[in-house]
Amino acid sequence: MTEKILTTENVRLYYGDNEALHGINLDYDQYGITALIGPSGSGKSTYLRALNRMHDLQDNVTVNGNFMFKGRDIYAPDTDTVALRKEIGMVFQQPNPFPFSIYDNVAFGLRISGEKNKSVLDEKVETSLKQAAVWDEVKDDLHKSALSLSGGQQQRVSIARALATAPEILLLDEPTAALDPVSSHKVENTLMALRDQYTMIIVTHSMSQASRLSDRTAFFMSGDLIEVDSTKQMFLNPTEQKTQDYISGRFG
Amino acid sequence: MRRMFDEELADLDTSFKEMGLLVSETLEKSVQAFLDHDREQAQLIIDGDKAINEREIAIEKKSFEMIALYQPVTTDLREIVTILKAVSVLERIGDNARNIAISTIHMKGTKRVPEIEELIGKEGTQVAKMVREVLDYYVNDDVAGTENISEEALVVTESTRKIRTQSIKAMETDSEAVEAATDYIVVGGYLKRTSDYVSDIAEWIIYKRTGKIVELNPGTSSYL
Amino acid sequence: MTEQDMAALNLDAEQPTSNIYKMGDDQEIALSTNDLKVYYGDHLALQDADLQFERFKITSLIGASGSGKSTFLRSLNRMNDGVANVEGNIMYRGLDINTKDIDVYEMRKHIGMVFQRPNPFAKSIYENITFALKQHGIRDKKVLDERVETSLKQAALWDEVKGDLDKSALALSGGQAQRLVIARAIAMQPDILLLDEPASALDPISSAKVEDTLLELKDKYTIIIVTHNMQQAARISDYTAFFHLGKVVEYDETRKIFTRPKVQLTIDYVNGNFG
Repeated sequence: MTEKILTTENVRLYYGDNEALHGINLDYDQYGITALIGPSGSGKSTYLRALNRMHDLQDNVTVNGNFMFKGRDIYAPDTDTVALRKEIGMVFQQPNPFPFSIYDNVAFGLRISGEKNKSVLDEKVETSLKQAAVWDEVKDDLHKSALSLSGGQQQRVSIARALATAPEILLLDEPTAALDPVSSHKVENTLMALRDQYTMIIVTHSMSQASRLSDRTAFFMSGDLIEVDSTKQMFLNPTEQKTQDYISGRFG
Repeated sequence: MRRMFDEELADLDTSFKEMGLLVSETLEKSVQAFLDHDREQAQLIIDGDKAINEREIAIEKKSFEMIALYQPVTTDLREIVTILKAVSVLERIGDNARNIAISTIHMKGTKRVPEIEELIGKEGTQVAKMVREVLDYYVNDDVAGTENISEEALVVTESTRKIRTQSIKAMETDSEAVEAATDYIVVGGYLKRTSDYVSDIAEWIIYKRTGKIVELNPGTSSYL
Repeated sequence: MTEQDMAALNLDAEQPTSNIYKMGDDQEIALSTNDLKVYYGDHLALQDADLQFERFKITSLIGASGSGKSTFLRSLNRMNDGVANVEGNIMYRGLDINTKDIDVYEMRKHIGMVFQRPNPFAKSIYENITFALKQHGIRDKKVLDERVETSLKQAALWDEVKGDLDKSALALSGGQAQRLVIARAIAMQPDILLLDEPASALDPISSAKVEDTLLELKDKYTIIIVTHNMQQAARISDYTAFFHLGKVVEYDETRKIFTRPKVQLTIDYVNGNFG
């Protein structure tokens, strides 16, 4: 049996008294892309955000269950969430570069963790931008504002920023929803190129993106994990009727 | 909720069934014309083959269009793939009916062997029945029914072998029967191949229903 | 606008009834553009756009960001006024509506627009729909009630909200809000509905409901939609225009664009082969 990099067991999440996730069990091998699909309100984004404790910032959210990342309990009281989020990075739907230069955006996380050596920073910025497949487009403009970039470029810079802290897991919440097909395609290519080095978990509303991109697909509905299987199996011959209906676009 | 795709798929399905009916009727008529030595009817069948081919092309075109426009997955994809594969098998069954009709015209004025023609009549009826059955299985999504097809195909194989042996015997004993006997062997071959095609369609019905690709008549398809 | 123009447009702000908005049955082209050029300052963002839109059909405008498709759409009911310079003709019922003397406010009653993000007013569902009608002088409660019901039914939202007409529109889900905005647009009984990525902010289920709504509406309206979702264009539209770098590269029946387009740029784009 391969070592799982991340396991989640019996995940229950409450908004106040309202249970939004009803006991999710999912684990992840090292490397590869898992797509989380399902309608709005199915709990897929809520679940994704629980993986690097994004809900900590909200008062009325309670998260129960076991989250083990490389044998460590993510929700242990002594977990340093800043350090955790460097290892389990997040990329959001709207590209969200900080209003400073491309260089400073990518170096941000490193500086926070105390890296001051210019040549180390230079090298990390370059590697991350290359990994995010945006280096060639921005290498001459590293000191221009990241906000001057196109949406697709901004999103790839956001990915570079997440990669700069050398995470093991990358969480992506609808990373191409705000992009046109050409920019989406570039971001997808970037993710494809990273699949051998990172474990990626992506929430997407685009069924065709899930089928193109992911190795494994998990289908959520009403706070339950209905089915998870290899993407091939899910799109050719899923076990559950609910999965079948959803991915064929047969809604209700 | 209504999906345009569902309406178009239903239309596609209907066109496929209609073409199936047309092909099975054509095959029955063709066998009958052969037995009746009815060259006029045979000519009508030959002329009608174009219409069958045109239907095949129309169904294929529509299938390609639906795949391009809707990018179907799972059961939807399987249904279109099944139709796409089965429709070209139907077209080949139509070709066999036409070939039998060509033999009917070809046999003009030659000496006949009634015993062999009786065998061909029986086999033709049997094969035409199989075509009708497999279309019923398609219409009813009847996977269990497709099991009968393998057994029936064995009967056809056996009877084709008989037609062949008797034709060879007839050639040996009566040189005037050589021409007709040659055609009997050929027609027997067409019928045998048609029954193989029926098995192919049955395999696609199983695929459509279960997503599994199976081989229904391993070994028997090789010609005698 | 002259009296004559008013007559030609059948504009009668006093008492709009459905029949005065109808074109003659012989009219097959609802809207056409002739040599449309759009400049943002000195930058030519769109050129050579000659498109005809068939009545009671859905036409999709597809293309990458910056291809000019949204710029084109916004020009059609003069949303670019003050933002960009639009040259060329936009012919609507024999009138060039891209001229100074056109009353834009009146024209938009005929050519309505729905945006990407559902943007209901912070008012009740009922008032969202009646707001513009009241602005146009309709006060009769019976007429307003009837308009609200009809347009919500046409937008396939009636069954979900009929008991909650006095509730705030902000309480609706994204998909419901978008259908409300469509209902609001059709309450004005326009000829033509322009939609700018109406489903891109929605999940697949809400998106499918909006698509169904559009398919229902095409019996009565001519619909022009900008979408980034090629499958959506393929699923719902009769015609598709592909824009690239400020030009219309190809315009044809949707099934042709998606099965055998003629231009290599289109082939690459619909195949997702973005170089």
